[in-house]
Amino acid sequence: MAAAPLAAQAPHAFVGARIIPVAGPEIADGVLLVEGAKIRAVGRRGQVAIPQGATVVELAGKVVMPGLVDTHSHIGNGDGGDRSNPIQGDARILDALDARSDNIQRAQAGGITTVNVMPGSGHLMSGQTVYLKLRDGGTINDLLVCRDPMTEVCGGMKMANGTNPRGDPPWPGTRAKAAALVRERFVKAQEYRAKLRAAGDDASKRPDRSLELDALVEVLDGKRMVHFHTHRHDDILTVLRLREEFGFRVTLHHVSDAWKVADEIAAAKVPSSIIVLDAPGGKQEALDVSMTNGAALEKAGAAVGFHTDDGITDSRFFLRSAALAVRAGMSPGAALAALTRAGAAMLDLADRVGTLEPGKDADFIVLSGDPFSTYTHVEQTWVEGRKVFDRADPKDRAYQLGGYGVMNDRDVHWHQGMEDH
Amino acid sequence: MRPVTPRALGALAAAAALAVPAAAQVAVRGETVYTMAGEPLKDGVVLVGRDGRIERVGPASSVRIPGGYRTLRAKVVTPGLVDAHSVVGLAGILNVPHDQDQLERSDPIQPELRAVDAYNAREKLVEWLRGFGVTTVHTGHGPGALVSGQTMVAKTRGASVAEAVVDSATMLAVTLGPDATRTFAPKSPGTRAKAVAMLRAEFVKAQEYRAKRANPDSTKRPARDLGLEALVAALDGRLKVLVTAQQVPEIQAALRLQREFGFPMVLDGAAESYLLVDEIRAAGIPVILHPTMVRQAGTTANATLETAATLRRAGIPVALQSGFEGYVPKTRVVLFEAAVAAANGLSTADALRTITIDAARLIGQERRVGSLEPGKDGDLALFDGDPFEYVSHVCGVVIEGVVQGEGCR
Repeated sequence: MAAAPLAAQAPHAFVGARIIPVAGPEIADGVLLVEGAKIRAVGRRGQVAIPQGATVVELAGKVVMPGLVDTHSHIGNGDGGDRSNPIQGDARILDALDARSDNIQRAQAGGITTVNVMPGSGHLMSGQTVYLKLRDGGTINDLLVCRDPMTEVCGGMKMANGTNPRGDPPWPGTRAKAAALVRERFVKAQEYRAKLRAAGDDASKRPDRSLELDALVEVLDGKRMVHFHTHRHDDILTVLRLREEFGFRVTLHHVSDAWKVADEIAAAKVPSSIIVLDAPGGKQEALDVSMTNGAALEKAGAAVGFHTDDGITDSRFFLRSAALAVRAGMSPGAALAALTRAGAAMLDLADRVGTLEPGKDADFIVLSGDPFSTYTHVEQTWVEGRKVFDRADPKDRAYQLGGYGVMNDRDVHWHQGMEDH
Repeated sequence: MRPVTPRALGALAAAAALAVPAAAQVAVRGETVYTMAGEPLKDGVVLVGRDGRIERVGPASSVRIPGGYRTLRAKVVTPGLVDAHSVVGLAGILNVPHDQDQLERSDPIQPELRAVDAYNAREKLVEWLRGFGVTTVHTGHGPGALVSGQTMVAKTRGASVAEAVVDSATMLAVTLGPDATRTFAPKSPGTRAKAVAMLRAEFVKAQEYRAKRANPDSTKRPARDLGLEALVAALDGRLKVLVTAQQVPEIQAALRLQREFGFPMVLDGAAESYLLVDEIRAAGIPVILHPTMVRQAGTTANATLETAATLRRAGIPVALQSGFEGYVPKTRVVLFEAAVAAANGLSTADALRTITIDAARLIGQERRVGSLEPGKDGDLALFDGDPFEYVSHVCGVVIEGVVQGEGCR
């Protein structure tokens, strides 16, 4: 399905499309110059020098924009923490993902090139998330954004409040208990970090190693973003309170009541990753979820990104989040950024993805028309200079449209687990 | 199908009618008016009279708006949308036991359950659908049981079922396949074949019951059985059988059952119907297709975005549905489902048919709704652009001449 890697080829010049770089104004008749895995230049036709020997791809009538960044997804059929404890910061979703899952192909068909794959929300802390590039690959290692999970931070930390992470002990039964358990664990992490610092290079003085506290120290040190599932307005405020106490970096997720506390979110300078749904309800916390959330946050001056929460919504329809947010009052520019640049920032990947700029990864999509139009299809998806989806290829097209035997049945299990999202 | 409310509801409806806001005389003028009865009108006018019915439809050049009519203007006007199959009103927004009445699990076969006894007209999801132009909804007992009960047709208005109901007993909801087996353990059915055997046995019983009930000697008639009465209504052609069948074996089983018992049938869901186009067409069976954006997992794993177009091309009557959702979002919206169908092979007009006139025909309400023609109900949806574009808005919904709410959504 993948084209030959461009790394070993001549530069490719994609010319004639309407280019939406997100980093700057749109270009009506543009050139996107790609060399290897990187973008070399973006500009108007005639303005960008096309090197001799470059392969020229005519895209007149098409729209080119950055590959989409899905800040919250469950593709790959992974799971995080088990039912032993509500706080399991040691569990890594990257140890549980199936890179051959059909929903990864569907995400490529939806124009998604970067994704934050998360464990569920049935825990206060369900484990470490992982940031993936949707390259074609048969193993999870082929998809990692980081180079080496042994030494690098390869994702964020999933947390949740509200009703999902509730239950019989050791799960909390109330909101106050949930917050107390989380505070207790962060205090422990602070103490662990203090001991580590005090020990310095003297290994004999270090505390026994805790995989979970190691990860929480990364959180406290700001190296690992907390991705916090939260719906009700007071739960959102609880997240902001915890953040203030412990100083971690956090992205709010779902944020169903965002329109009620948009000013507080903006004042805290905390970004929100929101979902756009066809209808409210289905769970009590999401009764007031509104298509106006994007507009309300934008108006308040808060950063907004979108997510699929796939399987709650299907990765193939991710573009529609932006269009429906515009329908409800968000500006087109902010809505496009929410699909790309804003999401990249939430994953600490803004230096690599989210815009079409020289030096950034050559992650982009080719659309048949305006990104907000119902009638527009994702025609091609490129990751790091390789084409990973092409609607003209019957096999790829099938992933976009469906059909007999296209989707494997293995993700049926999510019906049982869906209440965790 | 009963065009009037049953006696039990009739009195209620009469009393409640007084509480419904009176229809004013309304004129709707649209730059484009999709009447769904002929070509769209450019600069068209629809006049709705005091009785809530459409008086005249035509180009503004020939239909003058009389004085005293409230005039609404819109870029695009369509008939009020018709959701051919939903569970709103029975399956509520909260998704907790007290507002989930679409599926009774005490027995796999319960044809006696009536939708009108469970429909909550004040349910927020009803209002949600109306906000996106849906004025008529075929709703009731959902998929998940071999026979889960009956369905009804309602207008998306009113404070009580009596104010909302259009047809109190529309179809009998049947589900074949894995979605309705193994959910009643330890009760049967546990397999596909057993499910079909149980259904056949029940219809055979209904045939015998019908024959015995016809005995001229009333003392020899069996006692009334509400469940069998509903099945007899289907056998007599008074109640359609709505068979939710997603996969090939279930669709074929449904066609087989229909041949055996001769009841009027509508295929529902029908995710793999594109593999059986010839058989479905030959049987003359219409399809209420799954939502275009249905999750492709389980029995709908093999769905495609192009099935509506495939069926339409084959000449099979097809309507779209919002269907049943078990979690978030709690309902879908047929406007959006038709939009995606329009982006995947259906023309705008044909996609509109699946949520207007063709949907109305499938639920037996084509005389009242689904198109803009004199004598029909004054149900309209007003848009500020192409109805299917995500960035367009619904800026007005009219039901029987009554403007429902203000503003754009």
